[in-house]
Amino acid sequence: MPFLNDLFVNLSYWIHGFLARFLPLWAADLIMMLLTIACLIVFALITIMFINWLERKVIGRFQDRYGPNRVGPLGILQFVADAIKMFTKEDITPANADRVIFNLAPVMVVVPTFLILAVLPFGRGMVAADLNIGFLYIVAISSLTTIAILLAGWGSRNKYSLLGGMRVVAQMISYEVPMVLSALGVIMLTGSLSLVSIVEGQSRVPFILLQPLGFLIYFISAIAEVNRAPFDLPEAESEIIAGYHTEYSGMKYAMFLLAEYINAFIVAAIAATLFLGGWQGPSLPPYVWFFLKAYAIYFVLMWLRGTLPRLRIDQLMGLAWKFLVPLALVNLLVMGLVATLTQGKGLFPLVLASLVANGLIVAAVVIIYAFAMRRRRQVEVAA
Amino acid sequence: MTLMQIAFLIVSAVTILAAWGVVVGRNILRNALALIVAFLGVAALYVLLEATFLAAVQVLIYVGAIAVLIIFAIMLTERFMKQERATNEQWWVVLVASALLAAILIFLVGAVEWQVTSAEIGGQPIADLGRALLTTYVLPFEVASLLLLMALVGAIIIAREQEEA
Repeated sequence: MPFLNDLFVNLSYWIHGFLARFLPLWAADLIMMLLTIACLIVFALITIMFINWLERKVIGRFQDRYGPNRVGPLGILQFVADAIKMFTKEDITPANADRVIFNLAPVMVVVPTFLILAVLPFGRGMVAADLNIGFLYIVAISSLTTIAILLAGWGSRNKYSLLGGMRVVAQMISYEVPMVLSALGVIMLTGSLSLVSIVEGQSRVPFILLQPLGFLIYFISAIAEVNRAPFDLPEAESEIIAGYHTEYSGMKYAMFLLAEYINAFIVAAIAATLFLGGWQGPSLPPYVWFFLKAYAIYFVLMWLRGTLPRLRIDQLMGLAWKFLVPLALVNLLVMGLVATLTQGKGLFPLVLASLVANGLIVAAVVIIYAFAMRRRRQVEVAA
Repeated sequence: MTLMQIAFLIVSAVTILAAWGVVVGRNILRNALALIVAFLGVAALYVLLEATFLAAVQVLIYVGAIAVLIIFAIMLTERFMKQERATNEQWWVVLVASALLAAILIFLVGAVEWQVTSAEIGGQPIADLGRALLTTYVLPFEVASLLLLMALVGAIIIAREQEEA
């Protein structure tokens, strides 16, 4: 089906050609730009509706219950009911809140989310802006979310909100380090920060086969970056009510929910792009492959959420700084060495050497941990 | 006037207004917010100069790290929030320092002969930057990383819990 392969790209060419017939070229370009932006926003809204339903359904199954099943077949129209509920709720601003900041925060939290969608390659040629600093752009833009959440927590003038906001900052700044360090391995192999080049660099072999350890580190840090279970301390219901969005209601609350779900999807999509080969794949159209991979990773995200208990804050920080960061550094060094040594020797030696190196790192970690555990037991016995 | 010049004027105006807001505002947290806008404005100026890498780094470091640190520090020092005036008795020290800095900057900008080119900047800017940092400018680069390392160690020593003797 060659015509399905580049369906959306051809469609956009066709619309552009159609517009250019009776409009000046710059006007046609401008309209195409606005159309792309509109498509991305609509895509984000559809995604959140679908993901919200999917997640409730899947988590329900994990917990041995049905999940939403009243509105529409299989409860698939539940989001309509939810959206109406959100729109009609009373909009409450706490009396002591800093009004400007309280109202600014929900807007600030959604903007970076939409900005990141611009550089995601959804399929061959399906990228709104192929920046040559693609990955760096994503890291820079997602750091804006931290400020928005911090302001939400502070502006509410509620101690639980403030605690949630502070946890967000501690968590997001800590996990940004291993996330970037593990993604650097991929960028090292490609020699480019552009997500399009990274996908094209995986035409022969997806990078997860070269850097399984890097993928794991990236995946764990990415879950923490979007504050999802088991790293959902900033909004831990059982400890601090709902954290930074405790005081928000109605549409403002919906904004936080929207940002959270889309960010989780984006993280899954970026992991698919960096490590699973993005839209590369046999026989099916590229964009279908992209979504299959992204949703496969998203399914693991839901699985973890339904399975693991929440971490304590000291465990969270310990995991980032004492385990993931050193491991990511070692991984980066070893992978750089492997890539340099096997340069120009073809694909097979690279894959083999990478897998052996990854195995050696894991073995070293296991030995160090076994040794440390034995030491600790000896100390406890002696004490 | 070209589109580029209009964009430059708008971005510069926003940046300068935000910087003005940082200095004159009464509420220190809103000053920090204005500072973020000023940082973003500078990043936009980099984008206009086609220095996209610098722009991303500007957002990442100044907005993502330094601004967060400033807001965090403000939130943790409650006394700051109750200040009524934007100045205190040390305002003249800051005035002298700022005037000195401004004089040096204006002198430098006027004294240096800036290289102007209308040609497109080719090559791979990021790769070239990395290579330059690790060859030609390796000494300043290493000195800067040593400074950061010292700051890190210092922070750990200050934050460490006092061990019971």
